[in-house]
Amino acid sequence: MDIQFKPEDLAFRDQVRAFLKSKLTPAIKDAVVGGHINKELIIQWQKILYEQGWVAPNWPKKYGGTDWDITKKYIFENECAEAGAPAVVPFGLKMVGPVIYKFGNDAQKARFLPDILQSNVWWCQGYSEPGAGSDLAALQTKAVRDGDHYIVNGQKIWTTYAQLSDWIFCLVRTDPSAKKQEGISFLLIDMKTPGITVRKIESIDNQHSLNEVFFDNVKVPVENRIGEENQGWTYAKYLLTHERTAIAGVAQSKKAVQRLREIAAQEMSGGRPLAEDNDFRAKLAKIEIDLLALEYTELRAIASVAAGGAPGPESSILKIRGTEIQQALSELAVEVCGHYAHALNVDAPVGNDYAWALSAKYLYGRAATIYGGSNEVQKNIIAKAVLGL
Amino acid sequence: MNFNLSEEQNLLADSVTRFIGNDYGYDIRKKHVALPDGFDRATWATFAELGWLCVPFSEEDGGIGGGPIETMIMMEAFGKGLVVEPYVSCVVLAGSVLKRAGNPGQKAELIGGIIDGSRLLTLAYLEPQSRFDLFDVKTNAKRDGDRFILNGTKAMVLHGGAADTFVVSVRTAGNQRDASGISLLLVPADAAGVDVRAYPTLDGQRAAEVTFTNVSVPASALLGEEGKALVVLEAVADEARLALCAEAVGMMEKLYQETVEYTKTRKQFGVAIAVFQALQHRMVDMFTLHAECKSLLLRATLTSATGDAEAPRNIAALKYAIATKGQKVAHEAVQIFGGMGMTDEMSVGMYLKRINVINTLFGNGDYHLQRFMAA
Repeated sequence: MDIQFKPEDLAFRDQVRAFLKSKLTPAIKDAVVGGHINKELIIQWQKILYEQGWVAPNWPKKYGGTDWDITKKYIFENECAEAGAPAVVPFGLKMVGPVIYKFGNDAQKARFLPDILQSNVWWCQGYSEPGAGSDLAALQTKAVRDGDHYIVNGQKIWTTYAQLSDWIFCLVRTDPSAKKQEGISFLLIDMKTPGITVRKIESIDNQHSLNEVFFDNVKVPVENRIGEENQGWTYAKYLLTHERTAIAGVAQSKKAVQRLREIAAQEMSGGRPLAEDNDFRAKLAKIEIDLLALEYTELRAIASVAAGGAPGPESSILKIRGTEIQQALSELAVEVCGHYAHALNVDAPVGNDYAWALSAKYLYGRAATIYGGSNEVQKNIIAKAVLGL
Repeated sequence: MNFNLSEEQNLLADSVTRFIGNDYGYDIRKKHVALPDGFDRATWATFAELGWLCVPFSEEDGGIGGGPIETMIMMEAFGKGLVVEPYVSCVVLAGSVLKRAGNPGQKAELIGGIIDGSRLLTLAYLEPQSRFDLFDVKTNAKRDGDRFILNGTKAMVLHGGAADTFVVSVRTAGNQRDASGISLLLVPADAAGVDVRAYPTLDGQRAAEVTFTNVSVPASALLGEEGKALVVLEAVADEARLALCAEAVGMMEKLYQETVEYTKTRKQFGVAIAVFQALQHRMVDMFTLHAECKSLLLRATLTSATGDAEAPRNIAALKYAIATKGQKVAHEAVQIFGGMGMTDEMSVGMYLKRINVINTLFGNGDYHLQRFMAA
C-alpha cells in the first residue's frame, strides 16, 4: 500500500496549480464564493480551459479531450475545486458530448463537438417529466416519424438552465407499444424550433435555474437522432454513468468546511465567536470525519481503476454520502448565519455579503439527494447489485 | 497510490483468513471461552508456530518487522472470528511497550518469550478512577535502595488472570494527574503482595482487578526511563486503537454480510424478509457504515505507517467513527435478526458486545471527538 502520488502525478499537480494561479481571475473566484456566478463568467472560464486543452478531460484526445489517466483527472478536478474555480456546466461537456462522440455519426460529431468544447453552444437536459422522475423510463413525450422529421409533443420538467440554452438533448418515446425501456430514442433539438415554450419554475431558493419545457408539434430533423431509433435508453444509461464521476464532491465540501470556519469566526454567539463554541465545533468535526472517510473511499475507487480494475463496491456509496455531506455542511452554514440567513436578498445584500448566498445554496442543495437518481433509488441499486437482495 | 497488499502481506492475510475460516468457527470459539483462562493455550501455541506472535517486532528482536498494516490485516481477521486469544493484551499492548522501552536484556527475554508463546504478558494501565486519562496514576512505586515498593490497584487488566507478568504504569514522582513522574515496571504475577481477581467481560473475554500491596521488585524491573513513561503509553495507546478499530471493522463486515444472508432465508408473511425495502435500505446503510469505517481505517493505518503528522488526528477520527457507526451496525444487525438477535446462539449479539468493549477501551467516541477537534 502506498498513499503517495507518483512523481509524475505530483509534477502534473504543480502544473495545474500554476495554471490556476495565473488564469483563474479574482472576478471569477469571488463570484463562485459569493454565489453570484453567471453564464458570462462561466463561459469566460470554460474558454480559458479550452485554450489550455483542459475543458474536457474525460473526452478522448482525438475529440479534443486529454489522455489523462484517472489519477490525473482526479487531481485536476480536485485542484480546480480547491482553487475556487467554477464547476463546468455539465450538460454539454459531461453529458451530451460523451454521448455524441460515443454513439453519434461523423456528421453529428463534426457539427456539435467543437461548439461544445468552445462553449459556443449551451445545452440543457430533457430527461425528467412530470410523470417520470426517479422512474425515468416512464417518460411520455412522444416523437412520431413524419418523413425526414419527428414531430415531438410533450413536456419536460426540472430543466436546469433551459432559459439560457441553445439546444436540448431529449429522451422521447418513439414506440409506445414496446416495453418502457425499449421504445425510447435520443434526440438533439434546437431550442429555437417553433413550438418550444420554456416556463420558469419558482424554486425554493428564489433563483431561476429550473424550468418546464413544452413541446407542441416541434419538428426535429431525423438527422438529429443519436444512434438507432428505440435504442435511446442505452445511450441514456451511458450518460448517467458519466454523470456519476466526481459526484462525491470532496474538494467542494472541503472548501465549504473552510468557509464555515471563516464565517463562524465572524459570527458572535454568547459574546464570543461561534468558532469557539464547543457544540458548533463538535457538529463541524463530525461532518469533517465523514468527509475524511468519503475522501478515502473515493481514492480507493480511483486506485482500483488506475490499477486496471473496476471500482470496488464501496464506490457505490459516493453519491449518497457525498450529497448527504454537502447537505449537512449547508445546513450548518445556515445555522451559523443566524437571522440574516432568512433575509431575502432582492437587490443588495442585507446584513452581510455571505448569508444570502449560503442560504440559497442550502435551499438549492436539497436537490442533490433527488437528482441523478434519488438517494433512495441509489439504495435500491446497491441492495440489488452489491448486496444481492 | 495503491491499496494493494505486498506479497508478504498477502501471505499473512491468506494464512490468518484461512485459519479463521476453517478452524475458528463460532462453536469452537465458545469452547475456548469456557476454558479456565477464557482462551485456548494450544491455539495460542499454534499462533506462535504460524509466526503471528512475532509480526509487530523488528527483525533484530526476532520478529518480521511488521507495522500498522500487518497488524491491521491480522486484527481485521481476528475481528471476523471474534478471537478470544490474548493477542491485543500480550502482543499489541505489552509487546509494544517492550519494543519501545525495553533494554536489550529485557527485549531478548520477554519479546523472545512472547514470540515463542512461552510468556504471557499484559499491560496494567487503567485504574478505577482514571477513565481515559493514561496519566491519571495513583498506584505508586517508591524507591527502597535498589528496589521499588508498589502499592495500588489496577483496573480491568486485560487477560490479567492468565498473564505471568504485568507491565504496570506506576507513579514514581509527582501527583495523581501529573504528566511526568510515571514509570513502567515489570511485576511477576506470582510476586508476594500481588492479588489478582479475574473475571469475564461481557464480550466473552477476560480481565482482572490487580492489587499491589507492598510488592517489591528490583530496580532492573524498570522499563525505559524513570518518570517518563507517558510518552510511551501514548504511543502504545495509538497502536492499540488502530488494532482494536481494525478488529471492529472486521466485525462490521461480518455483521452486514451475515444480516444480508439471514434475511434471504428468514421467511415472514410468506416471503424472505430480504424483499422488504425497509430492511434493504437499512442493510445498505450497514454496508455504507462499514465502507466508511474501512476507509478511515486505511487512512489512519497508512498515515501511521508513514509517520505522517496527520496520523493522530486520523486515529481519533477512526475511533470516533467506530464508536458511532460500529455500534450502529451492530444494533441494526440485532434488530434485523429479530428475536434471534437476542440469543447467545447467534454471533451478532457477541459482535455487539465486543464492539462496545472496543468503543470504551482507549477512549470512547466523545473522548476522540474532542481529541480530533483539538488536533
